[in-house]
Amino acid sequence: MDFATVIQILDSAVRLMTPLLLACLAGLYSERAGVFDIGLEGKMLMAAFTSASVAYATGNAWLGLLAGIGGAVAMAGLHGLASISFRGNQLISGVAINFLASGLTVLLGQKIFGLGGRTPSLSGAARFGEITLPFADTLRPVPVIGPIYAELISGHTILVYVAFAMVPLTWWVLYRTRFGLRLRAVGENPASVDTAGVSVTRLRYGAVMICGVLCGIAGAYLATGISAGFVKEMTAGRGFIALAALIFAKWRPWSALFATFLFGLMEAVANRFPNLDLGIITVPSMFMNALPYILTVIILAGFVGRAIPPRAGGEPYVKER
Amino acid sequence: MERMPKWADVILTPLISLALAFGISALVILAIGESPVEALKVMVQGALGSSYGWGFTLYYTTNFVFTGLAVMVAYHAGLFNIGGEGQAALGGLGVALVVLALPWPHWALALPAAAMGAALFGALWALVPAWLQARRGSHIVITTIMFNFIAAALLNYVLVNLLRPVGSMDPASARFPAAVHLPKLSDMALGLGIEWGRNTPANVTFFVAVAACVLVWLLIWHTRLGYEIRAFGKSEPAALYAGISPVRITVLAMLISGALAGLMAINNVMGEAERLMLNAVEGAGFIGIAVALMGRNHPLGVLLAALLFGFLYQGGGELALWTSIPRELIVVIQALVILFTGALDNMVRMPLERLFTALRRKGA
Repeated sequence: MDFATVIQILDSAVRLMTPLLLACLAGLYSERAGVFDIGLEGKMLMAAFTSASVAYATGNAWLGLLAGIGGAVAMAGLHGLASISFRGNQLISGVAINFLASGLTVLLGQKIFGLGGRTPSLSGAARFGEITLPFADTLRPVPVIGPIYAELISGHTILVYVAFAMVPLTWWVLYRTRFGLRLRAVGENPASVDTAGVSVTRLRYGAVMICGVLCGIAGAYLATGISAGFVKEMTAGRGFIALAALIFAKWRPWSALFATFLFGLMEAVANRFPNLDLGIITVPSMFMNALPYILTVIILAGFVGRAIPPRAGGEPYVKER
Repeated sequence: MERMPKWADVILTPLISLALAFGISALVILAIGESPVEALKVMVQGALGSSYGWGFTLYYTTNFVFTGLAVMVAYHAGLFNIGGEGQAALGGLGVALVVLALPWPHWALALPAAAMGAALFGALWALVPAWLQARRGSHIVITTIMFNFIAAALLNYVLVNLLRPVGSMDPASARFPAAVHLPKLSDMALGLGIEWGRNTPANVTFFVAVAACVLVWLLIWHTRLGYEIRAFGKSEPAALYAGISPVRITVLAMLISGALAGLMAINNVMGEAERLMLNAVEGAGFIGIAVALMGRNHPLGVLLAALLFGFLYQGGGELALWTSIPRELIVVIQALVILFTGALDNMVRMPLERLFTALRRKGA
């Protein structure tokens, strides 16, 4: 395997990890605030559909992005209503949201476009184009650094850079702002936050809405960045891989970057080498595809460092009367 | 003090939730420019209007009874088994291995053996998440989700590389021999001299499903283990204090749950497809969640809810055939049922409780 192939695989890994990273950070906000979210998949799917539809109708990828965020935030609102206001089971609500998105996107897509659930393919300004960073072409001939800069770092859509920028931003919000401190506190011990006179409900809604916005960007990237339009079930389990990455990262932003890169890399390798020949044994692509899930189970089992979720996660908060 | 009379809790709240779910589904149908009344007519006609429709409705019902019971048993132990999909897929592998391993002379011999295989594989697939939850404290919802994906990959591998007959292109096992084909309900009716449901997949497994409902009812409410499962589900510290081992109950409840989900395979793999195919479960594992919630975690409720979803499933297929409404309408209805009977339960319950409290005050 030569250097150019390595760069290509890494480049593909960066593209594939972007939706995972955004969804993973989305889940991080929600779960750190004590609201479990297994509906990342559904929110992303809904966002992919609304963004592709609006991008097609207006020919503008930015309006598509806004619509994507709108679609995911609507779903997040439903999750908030069920799990915060009505103190329902957060897991069941997440399951319902996944199905709702899966059904509604096809139903509405068929009604609007009549293509069996797809949207027409997008082109031109309806998609996010690849950005060439300054000096990419001048630096290309430089050995090693040239290809890394020109191929790997440059030449992605704006949303990829947004996703990467979200990592330090999330770290800063979570660990260096008052909002972040309260958000983490509400996920560990909501009663103490309540005692301090801060509204648990408002904080949790805030976290769930941020989760919606990030899922919206992730879905928009899937439909208008990495591909050209919406296809039925196009998230294909990415929401669950993001969830796995979140656990893998133990609910921390920088680790989330590492975990999603690892999972993106696995997908990239599985795409590039359907049957990976390691000399002694041949690893089938099915194994590579299942590897993120297997790793998560191992992490969850606590054999490789323990993953401890936020303590109040999954429990609706009932104010003492 | 009871806030609500029992009948309101058991019958009224699920009915209101269901009405809300269907009401919104009707709005969705209106929104895509179709008539809900027409759609309902097509569904009723297609699913219940003929013995042909019933033959399919009962076939789907059988699937959903098994997966619904699986979710229900785990739920009584306070566990949310979202892995029915993977457990049922592994159950299919168990059925295929048992059926293809020996030259079975008759289906009546093969059925119990295949059922054992299905239950065993389903149970084993639930064992790892159960053990991890009990011993290592990893959340069962996450592990069972992960196991669904691992099951899909495993089955893909087994079908493509191991079970696929030489020279065949599709990822499926060899066809099961004719001797192990389960009798269809239509054949049984014909034996009694009744022409009923020709060419439909409903088969003898339906009776196994009904028997499973009775057995689960006995297990949960009339055995020591069932009592322990319910006690553990209601309060873990209290159960621990009463000398009930959390590890034992978690593992046993999940084994039973996985076995029930696995048993679905004798219906879809042995009874219908008569070979193991990729994605044979087709989401029935997830519908089990809706069925258990709708059925209030009681076997009778599960049976009725499974019948409702069997009707929806078959009716949805007919809708896609005769109208321009896609099959995915069923997924939306399923989502709304889960949402209203599961997550938004309090939305229905809180006003009702207030109403009954007010009524009681007036009466007193």
